[in-house]
Amino acid sequence: MSTHTLSVLVENKPGVLAHVAGLFSRRAFNISSLAVGTTEDERVSRMTIVVDGAETPIEQVITQLDKLVRVLKVVELHEGAAVERELVLIKVRIDPALRGELLEVAGVFHAKVVDMSPATIILEATSSPGKLDSLLANLERYGTCELVRTGRIAMSRGSRTITDRGLTVAPEPAAEAV
Amino acid sequence: MQLTGAQALVRSLEQQGVDVVFGLPGGAILPAYDPIRSSSLRHVLVRHEQGAGHAAEGYAWATGRTGVCIATSGPGATNLVTALADAYMDSVPMVAITGQVPSAMIGSDAFQEADITGITLPITKHNELVTDPERIPGAIAEAFHIASTGRQGPVLVDVPKDILQATMTWGEWPPPLILPGYRVPAEPDLAQVRAAAALLQRSRRPVLYVGGGVIKADAHAELLRLAEMARTPVTTTLMARGAFPDTHPLALGMPGMHGCYTAVAALQEADLVVALGARFDDRVTGRLADFAPRAKVVHADIDPAEIGKNRIPDVPIVGDIRATMAALAESLSAAIAADGPPDTAAWLAATDDWKRRFPLRYTQESDGPLKPQHVVERLSALTGGDAVVVAGVGQHQMHAAQHFSFTKPRSWINSGGLGTMGFAVPAAMGAQVGRPGELVVAIDGDGCFQMTAQELATCAIEHLPIKVLIFNNGFLGMVRQWQELFYEERYSEVELGTAIPDYVKLAEAYGCLGLRCERADDVDAVLDKALATSDVPTVVDFRVHDREGVFPMVPAGRPNDEITLGPEFSAEEQREATRRELRSEAQPSKSREVLAR
Repeated sequence: MSTHTLSVLVENKPGVLAHVAGLFSRRAFNISSLAVGTTEDERVSRMTIVVDGAETPIEQVITQLDKLVRVLKVVELHEGAAVERELVLIKVRIDPALRGELLEVAGVFHAKVVDMSPATIILEATSSPGKLDSLLANLERYGTCELVRTGRIAMSRGSRTITDRGLTVAPEPAAEAV
Repeated sequence: MQLTGAQALVRSLEQQGVDVVFGLPGGAILPAYDPIRSSSLRHVLVRHEQGAGHAAEGYAWATGRTGVCIATSGPGATNLVTALADAYMDSVPMVAITGQVPSAMIGSDAFQEADITGITLPITKHNELVTDPERIPGAIAEAFHIASTGRQGPVLVDVPKDILQATMTWGEWPPPLILPGYRVPAEPDLAQVRAAAALLQRSRRPVLYVGGGVIKADAHAELLRLAEMARTPVTTTLMARGAFPDTHPLALGMPGMHGCYTAVAALQEADLVVALGARFDDRVTGRLADFAPRAKVVHADIDPAEIGKNRIPDVPIVGDIRATMAALAESLSAAIAADGPPDTAAWLAATDDWKRRFPLRYTQESDGPLKPQHVVERLSALTGGDAVVVAGVGQHQMHAAQHFSFTKPRSWINSGGLGTMGFAVPAAMGAQVGRPGELVVAIDGDGCFQMTAQELATCAIEHLPIKVLIFNNGFLGMVRQWQELFYEERYSEVELGTAIPDYVKLAEAYGCLGLRCERADDVDAVLDKALATSDVPTVVDFRVHDREGVFPMVPAGRPNDEITLGPEFSAEEQREATRRELRSEAQPSKSREVLAR
């Protein structure tokens, strides 16, 4: 599936996520992943949105997002030119006899054991989406019984930053008050 | 200075230069209605909040200023939803202010609570729930700025009751606009403008496809200059009627589903389409992949998201449309000085020939049934085009758009994008408030009229002498026409009947003058009487022919080349009209539909 990864800087205000999500549903754009969090500037949140490119004209997504009043900046991150990561937690029900083998597989993918019970293990892995898919495929035969995966986050490689060309943000609430 | 939130709200509106607001009070907005009493604002008390919304729209269409409506929380706010959606689709500058339940009760399913910012999120340009009384002046100033700049649109400001009652410190006006994510495109890119001018200079079959953006930017003078300099015919969409005088030799009339044959055919045959403040709406393009298949496209618009949304242009220009057209004329002027004027003589001869052979045609027999087109033409003639014409949605709207001869911008108001039945009466009311002393005529259908007729009471009480011409055919006429054409005349739930209500009595009950006209010979006398009545609103019940359709017509989703001229034309004429006489080498059409395959 061809996808596009967008980094979207938005004002950290109530309702902004609803505005962005609402735009996607109203315009029938297909989101395959969405992750939101704070940035180095507390007035700004950063969303990483992965869009299904076959279904959705990406220029339309970008220009429509850019029109939202609370959206400060939209940047498309191209594959290869960006680091992309997802975090996954996997609970595996495991026969104690196979535990060693499982841990070996986990080791190959740099997955950590974060919880263990007599019958189960929880693994945590952070990697590119492709490698995580591969890890999950390898774990299938052991019996994955629960899985949770974050949305993708991404950052461009190299010395350039998303705010290099400047970003205007509203002043601190304290500075605004009379 | 210490003020209540409510006082700050009203003072902000005054400072913003608002002279009139349309509204209806209720519980949550009550605190704001106290300072309104002693303010400089004229408050027009409507009978239904939808009327307030459409009145604000009509006011904005007619004046170019931002219309304002006020409602209370819950049902008051949800009654504004249709008008907000309408304003959003037609890019009408409007600010809606709604009361909200007290902050502490939000989310508790309190009495008359509705999440109106959530509900209106996809149908407003922006909205805000105010959570701090200090924020009120900033929220109002930003709302007006956002509503009236760039691609205009509706903005909603939702204010909880406790915020209206709380005390705040009034600072200086205007407050700083804190909108770091809001950018308004300004000057067009000159290289693109030069590319567009070069195309205009060397095209042989160019068309200016003019949309509502030209009227909103007050760019009609620039349009006239550009069209004459480029010797290029002009088609004005439903949103742009009046942007270019219909009496001008270069005018082709309206394009689209019910457009003039010449406008539709000219776009299909064009080698260059210059879209100015237009958005390639499906009612204009017909089946997108077959629209203007031989044309290169220049698309100039203030909204970057419109560029390439439906049709990928060869030359995109983002910027203020008035500045764009002025720059385009300058650039074209230089191109003409260097390479001579565009050679469009053969093209203009062809379009003139189409106008003669395939005009809008209907037959009014003097003793036959009254034709709606006849009423529109008589209104146009008797007013000399000097009127603000407002329409609802349906057959009457199309007949009005087709047959009234528009010569001035802001003389045509209708619900274009959303297609809101019931728009006309309240919008005419708003237009009359904005243009007192001028002739405001609503052309309405009997179906539409009954959706918002209660605003006649408001008009009568507020001394707004609008004229409402009801084209009463006893049917939901446009739906009936589609059932006739596409459902083999199986009419389903479209007959309203002409007798109930008695529109003359209804008018009189509302304190209006009520008239009725059933014969073609009486039209002038009845219109004269209606137009001369300026003390009260007038309602005329025109009993029009119930079988009359709107033509020409391109069936929905079909290519514009399949235009049907209608029953007034012979089979031979229909064949002639759809024969492609200027067939030239087709270029691949670059529409979204094609790209998606």
